[in-house]
Amino acid sequence: MVKFVTDNFMPARVHVRDDSALFQKYGEKYGAQWTPTILELDSDGVERHRIEGFLPNDDFLAQLMLGRAQIAFAEQKWEEAERRFREIVEKLPDTDAAPEALYWAGVAPYKATQDNSSLKQTASAFKDRYQDTSWAKKASIWA
Amino acid sequence: MEIKFRHDVDAVLAEAKQQHKPVLLDFSAAPM
Repeated sequence: MVKFVTDNFMPARVHVRDDSALFQKYGEKYGAQWTPTILELDSDGVERHRIEGFLPNDDFLAQLMLGRAQIAFAEQKWEEAERRFREIVEKLPDTDAAPEALYWAGVAPYKATQDNSSLKQTASAFKDRYQDTSWAKKASIWA
Repeated sequence: MEIKFRHDVDAVLAEAKQQHKPVLLDFSAAPM
């Protein structure tokens, strides 16, 4: 967890009491109304992912990884994004983030190539796992 | 080992832009 954060982000914290002015400033800017709220911002300060509320370690790490993959996706770094999404499915398959990651791991190569075979493969993969998730429903159109 | 969070958010955002590195911004109420 620590290594992932250190390797991938510049971490900053605003505390509701100890940094009250900053908390108000950035709370208003980003619409953070609850703690904990963790935002993953791209280098321009644009929010790309939000985690609200406590999560167990694996789920929290998976959400962090998902946000980092979404940053790569937003930057149109398709290969990096796919690799990051797939890493979640492979390393943390039982987390809530995994089916979402599987979905976007199929989208990223399509965005790179316009070849819809990755979408079809993803729809097929959802027949074997995560069948009861909203992400399986979303991918079903690609079958 | 703990994450070394910075509290000078303005500076972090400016450095992140310069270094083209993402930011993790934690709104927290945890004891410090």
